[in-house]
Amino acid sequence: MRPYLLKGHERPLTQVKYNREGDLLVSCAKDHQPCLWSSEDGRRIGTYEGHNGAIWTCDITWESDRLITGSGDQTIRIWDLPTGKELFQIRHGEPCRAVKLSAGERFLAATTDAFIESPPGIHIYNFAENVEDQRSTPVNAWTVPKGRITRIFWTDCNRKVITSHDYGILRRWDVETGQMLQEVQVHEDAIQDMQMSPDETHVITASLDKTARLIDIETFTVLKVYKTGRFVQSAAISPLFDHVLMGGGQDASQVTTTAAGAGGFEARFFHKVFQEEFGRVRGHFGPVNTVAFHPSGRSFTTGGEDGYVRLHHMDLDYFTTKFF
Amino acid sequence: MPPGFPFENFELEELILPSGDDMGIRSDDDDIKEEDIQTQSGFGSCLVIQNLPKAPEEKYEKLMTVVRTIASNMGDVRENGIYMPLDDATKLTKGFAFVELTRKEDVDAALLNERFANGYQLDKNHKLSFCRFDDFDKYAKVPYEYVPLEQVPYKQPENLHSWLADKLGRDQYVLRFGDNTVVCFNDGKRSRAEVAFQREYWTESFVQWSPQGTMLSTMHRQGMAVWGGPSFARLNRFAHPNVRLIDFSPNEKYILSYTSHEPVTARDSYTILINIWDVRSGKLLRKFEGPVDEYAVGSSAGPNGALKWPVFKWAGGRDDLYYARLGRGRISIFECPHMGLLGKESLKLDGVQDFEWSPSEPLLAAYSAEQGNQPARIVLIKLPERTEIRQKNMLNVSDVKLYWHPQGTYLAVKVEAWTKTKKSTTTSFQIFCVKDKDVPLEVFELKNNKERVLNFAWEPKGHRFAVVHGDGPRPSISFFTMRDEKSRLGVRELKLLDNRACNAISWSPQGRNIVLAGLKNFNGQLEFFNVDEMETMATAEHFMATDVEWDPTGRYVATIVSHVQQMENGVNVWSFAGRLLYSTQRDKLYQFSWRPRMPSLLPPEKEAEIAKNLKQYSKRYDEEDEQLIMQADADVLHERQRALDDWKVYVESRRDYAALQLDFKRELYRHRFAEKEFRIEKVLVEQVVDVKEEPYNTK
Repeated sequence: MRPYLLKGHERPLTQVKYNREGDLLVSCAKDHQPCLWSSEDGRRIGTYEGHNGAIWTCDITWESDRLITGSGDQTIRIWDLPTGKELFQIRHGEPCRAVKLSAGERFLAATTDAFIESPPGIHIYNFAENVEDQRSTPVNAWTVPKGRITRIFWTDCNRKVITSHDYGILRRWDVETGQMLQEVQVHEDAIQDMQMSPDETHVITASLDKTARLIDIETFTVLKVYKTGRFVQSAAISPLFDHVLMGGGQDASQVTTTAAGAGGFEARFFHKVFQEEFGRVRGHFGPVNTVAFHPSGRSFTTGGEDGYVRLHHMDLDYFTTKFF
Repeated sequence: MPPGFPFENFELEELILPSGDDMGIRSDDDDIKEEDIQTQSGFGSCLVIQNLPKAPEEKYEKLMTVVRTIASNMGDVRENGIYMPLDDATKLTKGFAFVELTRKEDVDAALLNERFANGYQLDKNHKLSFCRFDDFDKYAKVPYEYVPLEQVPYKQPENLHSWLADKLGRDQYVLRFGDNTVVCFNDGKRSRAEVAFQREYWTESFVQWSPQGTMLSTMHRQGMAVWGGPSFARLNRFAHPNVRLIDFSPNEKYILSYTSHEPVTARDSYTILINIWDVRSGKLLRKFEGPVDEYAVGSSAGPNGALKWPVFKWAGGRDDLYYARLGRGRISIFECPHMGLLGKESLKLDGVQDFEWSPSEPLLAAYSAEQGNQPARIVLIKLPERTEIRQKNMLNVSDVKLYWHPQGTYLAVKVEAWTKTKKSTTTSFQIFCVKDKDVPLEVFELKNNKERVLNFAWEPKGHRFAVVHGDGPRPSISFFTMRDEKSRLGVRELKLLDNRACNAISWSPQGRNIVLAGLKNFNGQLEFFNVDEMETMATAEHFMATDVEWDPTGRYVATIVSHVQQMENGVNVWSFAGRLLYSTQRDKLYQFSWRPRMPSLLPPEKEAEIAKNLKQYSKRYDEEDEQLIMQADADVLHERQRALDDWKVYVESRRDYAALQLDFKRELYRHRFAEKEFRIEKVLVEQVVDVKEEPYNTK
């Protein structure tokens, strides 16, 4: 395994994301600058300066020309990805937790946390092709019952969005009316991360109830359950094989004794269908907060509480070993 | 509004409770049908006295008093419960009376009582006879035709030892996690566990195996229950409300249950209640009740005057003959089955602090502390004769601990004695060689006798022992043997293992192997050590392990992370040589316990013969094992194939939806959409860097 240790952040990582073509990697952390890296060799290309708060989330356009980040400083900013120039700022009254572009990128969905008196909310904006036409006013916005929203995705030909929440709940909303169409509790504790399958028919959710679950997108039925003994902070589905990748670990504030042998925090590989763990990748010094697969499935990245991003390219063994 | 419950959106009328009142949890009593009560008339507490003298009206009152007295001897008589009718024609009593007692049980008891059963001689001419009121009805109903009884087919009870006959020779263990209790077979050969029985809400607190593994006991509000057989059917239950702790006798004949009760007034102390039951019949044999200070004496006392369980210690041997407890200045020994004091009086030992039975025979070792002029003593007493077969006096004793060898071959007594300055203690061991003639005594001390001794353990089925000692954070472990190669008696040091991260040692039940574990604070470091070769076989780690348990055969070791730790609860099973076989993760793991086995039925000579000819015996089993492993692989493959097929079905069912999304995207992106837009090509480029002409001098 060719691992690269990318030291670009001083605070815990919140999300790592590949672009569609897989040659670029964006890392978001609680320090205020997202970083852009080359995913082939881990070279840092640049940082985006301008935010004043923790960056919770990001999304990259189809052509990798623009980057959208959501931050705790209550703004969503649109950047020119190759140059790092800030193009536009959408201001909110609350920290922004998740952003996602619709298929076709005409719209941008963003979620905000509950803040003082306002409940959490979902906002749909027009995403203009020309940044001069970009406006700050949403085309639709509605509030959500109590429970922090952690991730948002567009489904069903952009007619609906699904969100993951605290308390282990998934909800489906109609984009035009803002009405809640379905609500199912799939986990026993907060859902920390949700990622889509390559064909967009199912999602994997990572939860503090120490499991990750594979869930059908249309019906919210739980297809598979992957059990671990530790909190799961993030999970991803391999685009190449029937594997899922999970990262987690005990919350840093709860660990009173250091793990025997540094790097006791691991990313775990499970077989997607058999639900069995078959591999662990060590290296982080703190819980693993985010994981992502390269679009080709040939490499993956993990970001940890320790501020490090570890980029791994798979060995030949990974591709040739038959599971049983 | 009370906090927590969301009363705002709650409508009481819309509440739907699960049907039936069992909340979906099956009751164990569903299968038992109450027998139809014979006396449906309600006259069950009435009896009839016949053959009374026929008395005239004047004597009526006197006769009534006599009848009342007789009735009161049977039990309490109800108000106006005696009806003695008078014959209108003769003006005499009819010669019988109806008596109603308050309790039906008294009627039953009276009729069995030898005083009344065969009649009661009232005076020379009248012998009273008694019968139930309902008997008249009952006998009138007897049919004239003889109907032979239906033969109830014999229902074969389950074999309680079925698990020992497991073809694969696997042992079982019980796991309690969350609300579930699971009994699994440990399949070491195929590196997995197989569930034998599982049940939710089986017990309300803990479960406990009986000492020979035949039964599993569960605790409930009303008492405890025992279960056994391959389907873990309920064998018996014992009513002891709010029972806290239980204990079995070593041969599983008796079970003890314990509760403690809060004092009535603030000045009184807690009272305890211990019941002793016969396991097979469920009969309550004896109760022990009293204030806790009568029972919490010496080594039976925990901190703050609490009681250390078990209070009653059972004598060793193949029968449950004696059990005993500590009292003030005495040991009370009780004999089974009549449950009375042996010899009708306790064994007097002034200042007795601790005692332990030998695990193999009714031999008791007791320690009495210094009392005035009397020095501290260890004494070995043979029961039931009460003969002292050995004793030892000691001076300046600070503390004593007794360690019996598991087969009763030796007794080691760890004595901590004050030095002359009384500022520190030295530790020495007095070892009684019980099975040798005249019980010779071996005394031995560690090289540094001031060092703190943390633990001591005999090797089961062997003659060696291990001592954990040291004052620093990483103690040392020393091994000693009682006999040399020629079997001569004498303590000899075998090996010292220095500076180990170890706080617990665990011998294999067959001896020869030992696990040195650093639990909890030492983060689960494990060392598998062979004492025959004096070599470490393997070192390993089970991060955050809290317990180490050998299986009863000594083939496997389980290390457990229990709920004492918040995360990563689970069990790792290792081979005796330290190879990890498999691990199971179970959140909220409260309890793990191997199922014990009965002691071997083979005589020791046969066991020795098998050990010598092991190669021959094992060849046969090796072949069987090979076959099993191949079969197991086939099973697993089959399972996996099935899972894959199910997954393919799911993906198929979603194909349309996925295609729809893809088309939608294609339309939106139009010319920009391409699934495989680029590919990386390695091109070899030759670039001329420099051209240089250099004449080659051939001269």
